[in-house]
Amino acid sequence: MTIKYTKEHEWVRADGDAATVGITVHAQDALGDVVFVDLPEVGKSFTAGDVAGVVESVKAAADIYMPVTGQVTEVNEALRADPSLANSDPLEAGWFFKIKLSDAGELDALMDATSYEKFADQA
Amino acid sequence: MSNPEHAGSAALRALENPEEFIARHIGIDADDEARMLPAIGSATRAELIDGIVPAAIRRAQPMRLPAPASEAQALAELKAIAEQNRVFRSHIGQGYYGTLTPGVILRNILENPAWYTAYTPYQAEISQGRMEALLNFQTMVCDLTGMAIANASMLDEATAAAEAMTLAKRSVKSKSNVFLVSGDCHPQTIEVLQTRAEPLGIEIKVSTAAHTLPHLMADGNFFGVLAQYPGTTGHVHDLRPLAGHAHQCDAALVVAADLLALTLLAPPGEWDADIVCGTTQRLGMPLCNGGPHAAYLACRDAYKRSLPGRLVGVSLDAHGQPAYRLALQTREQHIRREKATSNICTAQVLPAVIASMYAVYHGPDGLRRIGQRVATLTAVLAAGLAELGLDVVNQTAFDTLTVKTGDHTQTVVDRALDAGVNLRRSQAQHLGVSLDETTTRAHVEQLWALFSPNGKPLPSFDVLAAHTTPRIPQELARSSAFLTHPVFNTHKSETAMLRYIRSLSDKDLALDRSMIPLGSCTMKLNATSEMIPITWPAFADIHPFAPADQLAGYAELDKQLRAWLCEATGYADISLQPNAGSQGEYAGLLAIRAFHAAQGEGHRNICLIPSSAHGTNPASAQMAGMQVVVTACDAQGNVDLDDLKRACEQHSAHLSTVMITYPSTHGVFETRVKELCELVHAHGGRVYVDGANMNALVGVAAPGEFGGDVSHLNLHKTFCIPHGGGGPGVGPVCVVADLVPYLPGHATSGSEPHVGAAAAQGRPKQGAAPSAGSEVHAVTSVGVKEEPCGSRRGSGRGRR
Repeated sequence: MTIKYTKEHEWVRADGDAATVGITVHAQDALGDVVFVDLPEVGKSFTAGDVAGVVESVKAAADIYMPVTGQVTEVNEALRADPSLANSDPLEAGWFFKIKLSDAGELDALMDATSYEKFADQA
Repeated sequence: MSNPEHAGSAALRALENPEEFIARHIGIDADDEARMLPAIGSATRAELIDGIVPAAIRRAQPMRLPAPASEAQALAELKAIAEQNRVFRSHIGQGYYGTLTPGVILRNILENPAWYTAYTPYQAEISQGRMEALLNFQTMVCDLTGMAIANASMLDEATAAAEAMTLAKRSVKSKSNVFLVSGDCHPQTIEVLQTRAEPLGIEIKVSTAAHTLPHLMADGNFFGVLAQYPGTTGHVHDLRPLAGHAHQCDAALVVAADLLALTLLAPPGEWDADIVCGTTQRLGMPLCNGGPHAAYLACRDAYKRSLPGRLVGVSLDAHGQPAYRLALQTREQHIRREKATSNICTAQVLPAVIASMYAVYHGPDGLRRIGQRVATLTAVLAAGLAELGLDVVNQTAFDTLTVKTGDHTQTVVDRALDAGVNLRRSQAQHLGVSLDETTTRAHVEQLWALFSPNGKPLPSFDVLAAHTTPRIPQELARSSAFLTHPVFNTHKSETAMLRYIRSLSDKDLALDRSMIPLGSCTMKLNATSEMIPITWPAFADIHPFAPADQLAGYAELDKQLRAWLCEATGYADISLQPNAGSQGEYAGLLAIRAFHAAQGEGHRNICLIPSSAHGTNPASAQMAGMQVVVTACDAQGNVDLDDLKRACEQHSAHLSTVMITYPSTHGVFETRVKELCELVHAHGGRVYVDGANMNALVGVAAPGEFGGDVSHLNLHKTFCIPHGGGGPGVGPVCVVADLVPYLPGHATSGSEPHVGAAAAQGRPKQGAAPSAGSEVHAVTSVGVKEEPCGSRRGSGRGRR
């Protein structure tokens, strides 16, 4: 299982052609208390870089970008009901949606944990 | 030696003090100026302006405006114009009804600077009073409509319906692009919907009559459906089955509902409507030739994050005490600017406050009594007309009857006009008549006489009234309570009301206490004399769809004001129809879009917007069907001309518009603006100069001269209209000569359906009324007359 990170501060955890997407610790920290998430429709396909959702906090609203091309297979209903999971447990219970990857090779273009940390520190 | 006669006349002129107004309203005098100039390193005011404003854009000629007038003289001149209007009693209806503004509200809110000069409540700690009044407005709308959530006002019913349409589009699962509209909606609403739908690729299908709407719904290909409740012809339709039908098709039901009727009718929220909108005008705001009035928009809870406009919420302050603040507005305009889906920002706070206070003062019992009285008089009128042998088309009614008058239609209209009464002439063989809070028994008897075939004896009012009940269908009678909150059940005496209003204004900061240095909306002239005319009956009691020959005063005001504003801006013509800056901006972009289409270049859809622009710019561009491309600004917020050049080259074939704000939102007169305009023109694009900062240009530079093709003005920023705590505003749109044919038009009129229709044919329509902010135009008119060159003199004084 590999975890990769985007410049837009999403993480994607892939296992074969299945992957889970969420926002990073850094992202939730920058946003502050998350009060609302808009999740994509199950079954919808997105190209890498498409806007797939929205996250809104008490002070900002931001788009969630699709890290890699794929089709949405499941969304986190628990997060929809309790958006604060994105703050309290961003990497596990606070996941946003699951996708079926079109091309697992696209993951190679994303950052690993070390490069992301460096990137986030500079930002 | 000078001519003694001449010297005497000059002395007398000085005694007449024509510049009194300027001295009263511009705080700094020559001595102040003499001390201030050296401190900022300028010898004279002229030198200061020369150092700031690029020479290339300076006006060629001073503005040609009338000589300054004293306050008394300006008001006298305006009074003469007002008297050209003829005040008839209007039974036209069609969304505009007579109302009685309670004196305590008229004097302590509408005519009180503590309320009318306040700024938009961005700064919560100095706006708690206004926000409580707006929360009351939201509560009133939720209660009367039966909906979960309502915003703090919209611009008018027609634009609220248009926002409801796009709200539905964003919120439902249906992928259809069709929006269905009942043929029994107000015609002006249908026109505005058609204007708004076209650039967004939405197809409007209007049913021939209300009862044929289900046929249009049969194929399931629609994302929303709009119906009027009660209908514009007066019918009280049973719309309940539409909700289930719409939901089966993954679509939304939108209802345009009359709030006074909802005191007696089952509210749309109780039969599962998704969005409800309408006007609140008849809750205490005079007709005013169509505006300013507050509209409302309410929706189901699930849609709340897509709800446009401003919303007041209850929060906790640092001490844990309840406090009001603007809520749920991060998504649009402020942060996700290029994603914004609605451009509304300034709304109608002052009229909304008046409507909410009307509900506070009358309470649930008072409102129900007013509604019942209107409905009962309407039923008595109908019974009498039937007794006279006339055919009343609608068997159900709240306040409006459609009467078949056949060949006698013109006779009845003429007889009514001779008696000073306006009826609605909506179809060739029928007349409409609407009653309201101001209607009396005597008026009903007069209407019988007007409709009566010659010689027929009139019915007895008392006999008919004894056994007549409202024509509200039993199954649609309201059983639920409303306005149960204590605020609507406490302030019943005038003194209690007076104290409540005062307790709220005490919590607010407005110009009656202090300057509010928050931007051009607040730092301008707000003279008392400018507000005097707005409650003159000759301006206030005019129905927007009254025959043109009753509106000569308004026509003169319109003509005069357009000429002055053309002079100030350097443009060829102006439309005063848009009722907020956002609407003017949208109208201007539609004019550009229509121009390109007429040149066979309809593919031009790219709108370049520098990153420093106000959030309404991208929202309006999106609504006008344009694709927004953001261009860079440098660290000082100036447009990066190299990046703009690159974008122009990249999108040359598809370039529609560049939107700039001048001087910029950072307050800088960018030196290369003329070059920028030339660059855009060279690529076939047009330049939109946002007029938000026009107060820095008046008398110094004119956008129509230095390369702008379109601008909107905010009369509530540059031209004296008080901000009302967040509206009303007026947003005239000004264009150069080749765009004049694409300015907004208006085909709807109640009394004379054909007059003006041809001219307005094919032109976009921005607001419900032909000139939706009409009444406040008088404010600007007085302002310009009193200080024509507050402008010229004030030019060096920067922002007023």
